[in-house]
Amino acid sequence: MTSKTLSEAQVWQWLEDVPDPEIPVISVVDLGVVRDVSVKDEAVRVTITPTYSGCPAMSVIAMDIETALAKQGVTQLELKTQIVPAWTTDWLSAKGIAKLETYGIAPPQAAGVPKRCPHCKSQALEKVSQFGSTPCKAQWRCTDCLEPFDYFKCI
Amino acid sequence: MSQLFEFLLRQGDNALVLGHRMSEWCGVAPALEEDIALANTALDLIGQTQLWLGYAAEVEAAGRTANDLAFRRDAYDFRNMLMVEVPNEDFGRTLMQQFCFDAFQVPWLTALTASSDTRVAEIATKSVKEAAYHLDRSAKTVIALGDGTAESNARMQTALDYLWPYTGEIFADDATDQAMAKAGVAPLPSSLKETWQKTIVQTLSAADLTQPDSTFAHSGGRSGMRHTEHLGHMLATMQVLQRSYPSAVW
Ligand SMILES: [Zn+2]
Repeated sequence: MTSKTLSEAQVWQWLEDVPDPEIPVISVVDLGVVRDVSVKDEAVRVTITPTYSGCPAMSVIAMDIETALAKQGVTQLELKTQIVPAWTTDWLSAKGIAKLETYGIAPPQAAGVPKRCPHCKSQALEKVSQFGSTPCKAQWRCTDCLEPFDYFKCI
Repeated sequence: MSQLFEFLLRQGDNALVLGHRMSEWCGVAPALEEDIALANTALDLIGQTQLWLGYAAEVEAAGRTANDLAFRRDAYDFRNMLMVEVPNEDFGRTLMQQFCFDAFQVPWLTALTASSDTRVAEIATKSVKEAAYHLDRSAKTVIALGDGTAESNARMQTALDYLWPYTGEIFADDATDQAMAKAGVAPLPSSLKETWQKTIVQTLSAADLTQPDSTFAHSGGRSGMRHTEHLGHMLATMQVLQRSYPSAVW
């Protein structure tokens, strides 16, 4: 580390560039799994929380954060995992939610069902399965354009 | 062995053994969507196992880790309820087994969120969200299959009749339960029987299934006294890597 004035804002900014390994269109910050960043002298502590307790992406996320910060010259990194407060889809950033839909994943809705088809925006939808390609998603289908799509479960 | 350690093993082993049973469906479930659902449910349960057994290992303070507890204990050291270790048989039995478990797990974990033990409360807070989602799915699937064709209804009834004698053990309080209740760590399991029964009755009636009359209850899983012959076979598969290559890590 050459600069002695590493700020927490700077670390957050670097983390903004770390993609979620399973939904690479959003960052780990957008996903809301980074809960805290603190910098003391040159030591950085990043606190992360799992989306689902068995989410296999968590170890990859931890590794990606380590790699990204090491690239920026961070040599003293402490990665802390906390489970409380439990992750909720309320923590997805507004930016992340918009990107999800563009990517073809219906963002979470408080009502528990997707609002519209991410492809054609139709509201004629049917549930295919309560689970999708990752623990955080369910499988839905649009009965207008007939395309299946992932729905980000609301928890 | 401390009562808290014993209690934590029960939580972890329930999740681990049921999680492994669910994972056995991976690649062979009746439909792709069900395959994915079962694999994801298994994943949630294995994740919860890591939390429970991780804390158990800390409490034991004997240098063991969650992995050691999962992969290097023999059947008699397991503390799961018998209901979760019986073989899958068919898709119907698996879903009925999961439903009977979820119907207990949701009120149980909800109560544990108020535990006097902060770590227990934290793990429960994380897990209960997943459990609620599991119950939603398992209850709906039990109804869909029970209220389905004559064949699916008969299979669900057979599954229920088979599993019913294993449900009594869930609510049979013992010394560990008494100690946990006294310390405010967990309520007595028996205090949740009514809530569980209500969910069961509602779902079975919507599923056109009949609750068996029998009050006979198998026991011995939660104490480790007498597991079924099935657990050893399951562990042989689950633990083979750590048994063949001790201390192997990813
Ligand atoms: Zn559409």
